[in-house]
Amino acid sequence: MFCEKAMELVRELHRAPEGQLPAFNEDGLRQVLEEMKALYEQNQSDVNETKSSGRSDLIPTIKFRHCSLLRNRRCTVAYLYDRLLRIRALRWEYGSVLPNALRFHMSAEEMEWFNNYKKSLATYMRSLGGDEGLDITQDMKPPKSLYIEVRCLKDYGEFEVDDGTSVLLKKNSQHFLPRWKCEQLIRQGVLEHILS
Amino acid sequence: MSEAYFRVESGALGPEENFLSLDDILMSHEKLPVRTETAMPRLGAFFLERSGDAETDNAVPQGSKLELPLWLAKGLFDNKRRILSVELPKIYQEGWRTVFSADANVVDLHKMGPHFYGFGSQLLHFDGPENADISQSLLQTFIGRFRRIMDSSQNAYNEDTSALVARLDEMERGLFQTGQKGLNDFQCWEKGQASQITASSLVQNYKKRKFTDMED
Repeated sequence: MFCEKAMELVRELHRAPEGQLPAFNEDGLRQVLEEMKALYEQNQSDVNETKSSGRSDLIPTIKFRHCSLLRNRRCTVAYLYDRLLRIRALRWEYGSVLPNALRFHMSAEEMEWFNNYKKSLATYMRSLGGDEGLDITQDMKPPKSLYIEVRCLKDYGEFEVDDGTSVLLKKNSQHFLPRWKCEQLIRQGVLEHILS
Repeated sequence: MSEAYFRVESGALGPEENFLSLDDILMSHEKLPVRTETAMPRLGAFFLERSGDAETDNAVPQGSKLELPLWLAKGLFDNKRRILSVELPKIYQEGWRTVFSADANVVDLHKMGPHFYGFGSQLLHFDGPENADISQSLLQTFIGRFRRIMDSSQNAYNEDTSALVARLDEMERGLFQTGQKGLNDFQCWEKGQASQITASSLVQNYKKRKFTDMED
């Protein structure tokens, strides 16, 4: 039956839990496109044969292949679109700099899309709230205080606070820091927010 | 569930599937029995037991009984049934409908084709004579099972739920998950953790995977 490879792509994405991005299956995509090309050419030749010889019994076969073409198209478009949704989620959950491991999972075009999305988001954020702009990726949960207690989960190094002093983030050290500086690091798993 | 990933939802319960929904694509891959009303030349390679040989142009003969995926059946079907006619899978027929009306809760809907409701709703496209009964049966089955799903999803906190979801179809599992999420969010709020900034679940999952990647 046709469209098996396309279904494999869809299943691969469906299996990845929690919105994770698996590696870009370039090979699989190429195979689907090859199958589509073969189907199209077979249909072309059958259509020409129908026109020239006047047989009408090839029409169900042509329709069969056409349905398979449409199905392949649907699977690839859904595959690519769902990956974009996952990549978009990365900007909101990881921040604007992605770790290398993730970047290798994206194709060049997806990377370009991610950069354009970042730019659009940045432009939009700058247009809000007067001169300074407003960072809407901050404060995802309603803040209760300006400063928060954090514990370091891994060695990160020097970290500079607004008034110029710097803090050494070593594993298991605890600090009392401004919320807006730490939020990114907490989301990335470097720091841990301690509730008192 | 990753907070910022909003996948395309299934539209199978409505009039049309959603083109971009991965769930709908998987659902429409399930097979149903059909009967060909005309020979289909040159496709014999797919149905080797039934196909003709080179003389008939390697055709699938008229009147063959095949199992085709829903997407293909939908594409080849038309009102005049020129290419194929569709039969109902067993679980949507009279016999099973009676079972569902007796007690819907005992049936293992996951085994009966994991997309029972979605597939059943899309079957209505084929304008069969039993459509009204099928749609009633789908509705009543869901009504019969819903209470238990809602109850168990709202009361199973921090425990292994595999026994509870084993006999649910995909749509019901989605409902169960939504219920669980509501319960977990509420408990989190009650504990005062609603204002605690947490590492995103996406980040945590990538960290766990990093070790397996390095091993390759």
